[in-house]
Amino acid sequence: MTVVNSSVGSAGRRPRGTDRQSRAGIAFVAAYVLLLIAFGILPTGYAIYFAFTNAGGTFTGFSNFISTAQDFRFMDAVGHVALYLLFWLVSLVVFVVSLALLLHRLASGTVSKSLRFLFYIPGALAGAASVLVWLFMLDPTVSPVSSLLGTLGFHTFGEVIAPGNLPLLFTVIAFWTGAGGWIVVIYGALNNIPQDVMEAARIDGASAWQTAWRVQIPMLRKWIVYMVILAFAGGAQLFVEPQLLSLASTGVAGRDYSLNQLTYDFAFQLNNVNGAAAVSVELLVVSVAAAAVFVARSGFFDAD
Amino acid sequence: MTVNKPSSSSKRASGNKRAALLAGCAVTVLLTVSACGGGTASTTNKDGFAQAPQKDGALTVWVDATRMDAAKLYQQQHPGVKLDIVSYDGDANGSNYLQTKVQLFNRTGKGWPDVVFSSQNNEASWAVDAGFAAPLNKGLVDEATLGKFAKGANDVCTVGGTVYCLRNDLSQAVLWYNAPLLKKFGYTVPTTWEEYQQLGEKVAKEHPGYLVGDAGDSFTPEIYLWASKCGANHITGPKAVSVNTASEACTKMANLLDVLIKNKSMSISGVFSTDFGKNQADKVLLMPGPAWYGGAVFRDTLKVPAKQIAAAPIPQWQGDGSPSTGNVGGGTWLLSQHSTHIKAATDFLKWVTTDNAYQAEKAPGFPAYAPAAEAWLKGQDASGYFASDLSALSTAASQVWPEWGSGQFSQEAIWAATVKPGITQGKSIASMLPAWQDSITKYAKSNGYKVSQ
Repeated sequence: MTVVNSSVGSAGRRPRGTDRQSRAGIAFVAAYVLLLIAFGILPTGYAIYFAFTNAGGTFTGFSNFISTAQDFRFMDAVGHVALYLLFWLVSLVVFVVSLALLLHRLASGTVSKSLRFLFYIPGALAGAASVLVWLFMLDPTVSPVSSLLGTLGFHTFGEVIAPGNLPLLFTVIAFWTGAGGWIVVIYGALNNIPQDVMEAARIDGASAWQTAWRVQIPMLRKWIVYMVILAFAGGAQLFVEPQLLSLASTGVAGRDYSLNQLTYDFAFQLNNVNGAAAVSVELLVVSVAAAAVFVARSGFFDAD
Repeated sequence: MTVNKPSSSSKRASGNKRAALLAGCAVTVLLTVSACGGGTASTTNKDGFAQAPQKDGALTVWVDATRMDAAKLYQQQHPGVKLDIVSYDGDANGSNYLQTKVQLFNRTGKGWPDVVFSSQNNEASWAVDAGFAAPLNKGLVDEATLGKFAKGANDVCTVGGTVYCLRNDLSQAVLWYNAPLLKKFGYTVPTTWEEYQQLGEKVAKEHPGYLVGDAGDSFTPEIYLWASKCGANHITGPKAVSVNTASEACTKMANLLDVLIKNKSMSISGVFSTDFGKNQADKVLLMPGPAWYGGAVFRDTLKVPAKQIAAAPIPQWQGDGSPSTGNVGGGTWLLSQHSTHIKAATDFLKWVTTDNAYQAEKAPGFPAYAPAAEAWLKGQDASGYFASDLSALSTAASQVWPEWGSGQFSQEAIWAATVKPGITQGKSIASMLPAWQDSITKYAKSNGYKVSQ
C-alpha cells in the first residue's frame, strides 16, 4: 500500500519562507493533479461517455444499464459484493480499531514496534502475490495449516472453496492483505490524541475500557470514517481475489463472482465495452453515494 | 492500493496559476490519447481478405510453453527467417487471454501477432467476428494439404464453409489403463460401458482405493457425456445451439458416474489437482481420457514408469452400432488478417501443422495432420514408453461424435461452476442435469446464441 501524503500542512507557520513554500506546495499538488487527471478524471469521463453510447458512438440513453442489469449473472454478483462488503467492513472496523488500541496500550517500545512491523508485512506484498499465498494456505494437500483445515472438516481444496464459504474467504484474504496498513494509520491517529485528554481521563478514574470507548474511539471517528469510505470503494471493486481463485480452481469457484469480474467479461469476452462501462459507472455512483452519506453523517469536514 | 491522505489544513494556491496548470495538463493528456488512434493504410484484396501492405521484418509468433519447442525448432531449421517468439498461457482453461488482447489490439489498431497457437478449439467462434483470423482455404493453404487433415479435424475451424484455423492435434478420448496391474488383478479391458461399470463395482469391493476413472475435471463432460452422445452442446448454426441434457444418452452416463463416484472407484479430484498427484497417482487402474493423457498426465505429471500404460478403445453402450467418443481440446493455429508478413506467416503455419520434423518427432499430442499422425504413432511405439501400441488412438480419431460443437461460451467453465461444486458436496450428477442445462442455456444466450432443445 502506498501512502501519498499530499499535506502542505506547515505552510504559513514561517512567514519568511511562505513564497517558496507555496511554490513547493503547488509543485507537489500539480504532480498529483496531473496524475489525477490522467488516471482518474479522464478515464472516468471516458467511461461515462461509453456507458451512454453504443459501439458506433451514438447516444443510447440508459439501454446499456438496462441490458447489463438483465444479464443473468448481474443480481447474483450484486448479492455477492453486498455480502462481502458487509463482512469486510465490519471485520475491518472491529479488528483494526481494537488491534490499534491494543498496540497503543503496549507501553514497551520494542514489542509495539515489532508488532506494528508484523501487522504491516502482508500489506507490503503486492495484491496478487498475497492472494497467491492464500491459495496455498487454503489447499489442504499443501497447506502449512492442513491439520487445522482438517479439524474444521476440510480435506480437499474443493471443500474449502464451496460457494457458501467464499464471502468469508475473501474477507479473510482482504483483511490479511489490507488491514495492516490501516492498523498503522489508526495507531498514528491514536498517538495524536493530546496527552492531557488522556491524563484527564486517567485522573477521573476511567478504566482502559472506558478510555477506549468514551475518549479514544470518539476522537478517532474521522479516521474510522475515512477508512470505511476507502475500504467501501475498494471492496465494491472486488476483483483480484475471486479472479485468482477462479484460475487456481480452474473455474470451480469465483468466476463471474463480483461486478468487476462481470465488467471484465462484458468488455473482453462479449466485446461489449459499453455495457462494461455502464456497470463501472454504477459502481462509481454507489461508492460516491456511500462516501457522501458517511461524510454527511459524521461531520467529516467539520473543523475540530 | 493507493491511499491519498488529504491535508487537514487549507491549501489555497493562486487561482489563476492553478487553472492554467490544469488546462495545460488536460491538453497534454488529450494529445497523448488522440495519438493512440492509428490511421488505416490502404489494403489489397487477395486470398479472400483485405491484406495490409506487406513489409519486411520479424514474424511475431505467440505460443504456449509446450509449443515453444515448435517455434524454436522452426527457427533452427530456417535461420534466414527473423522470428519474434512470444510465450503466453495458450488460453489454457479458457483464460481468454488471446481474445482479451485481440479486442485491445482492435481498439489501438496495432500489435496483433502474425501467427498464434491456442490450446482451445473454439477460437474461430470469436476470432472471425473480431476480424482477426484470416481465411485459409481461399488461397493461402492449398486444398491438397487441407485434405490430408484427419476427417473432421478442422470442423472447429470452419465457419460458413471457410477454414479460419488449422488444428494442431486431436484429443479424441480413449480408455487408458495400467496393463500389468490389470493383469495382476485378473481383470480384462471392458469394451462396453455396462462392463466398465461392473468392473468399477468389482474394483470397489476387491481392491478399494484403486480407480477406474476420474470425474473431477472441468472437462469431465467432454470425456464421458460427449462419448455417450449427450446433446448438451449441439452447435446448429453460427449463433445457434441446441441443448438437451434430459435425453437417455445423458442420464445413462450420469447414473454410471454417480454409482462409481459413490463407491469411490471414480475419483472426483481432477487429474491435475495436488490431491490427485499426492494421494491417487499410483492407484490408476483404468482412466478414460483424451489422447494427450498418455504423455501429459501419465508420463509427465504422474510419472508412471515405462511399460505400464496402454490404450484401448473407449467403451460403447451395448447394442450401439455406431461407435463414438469424446474430445478434450486439441490446439489450433490462427493466422492474423492484419499480418504484414503473410507469406512468412503461411510458411510457418504450414510447417508447424504438417512437417514431420515437429509434428511426428517432437509433438506431445496426436497430430491432426494424418500423414504426420502415422509417423507419430511409429515414433511412440519406438520410444518404448507405452505397454501397447497406440492404434486405439488412430481408430478413435475418426469416431469423435460430431454433434458436440465448439461455441463461444466455454462448456468447461460452465461445468466447473455449475456441477463440480455439487459433486464435491455429494450431490449426484443425474440430479444436477437440469441445472446444467439451465446454466448452458443462460451462458449461450448471454453470448448471443439462439437456444433450442
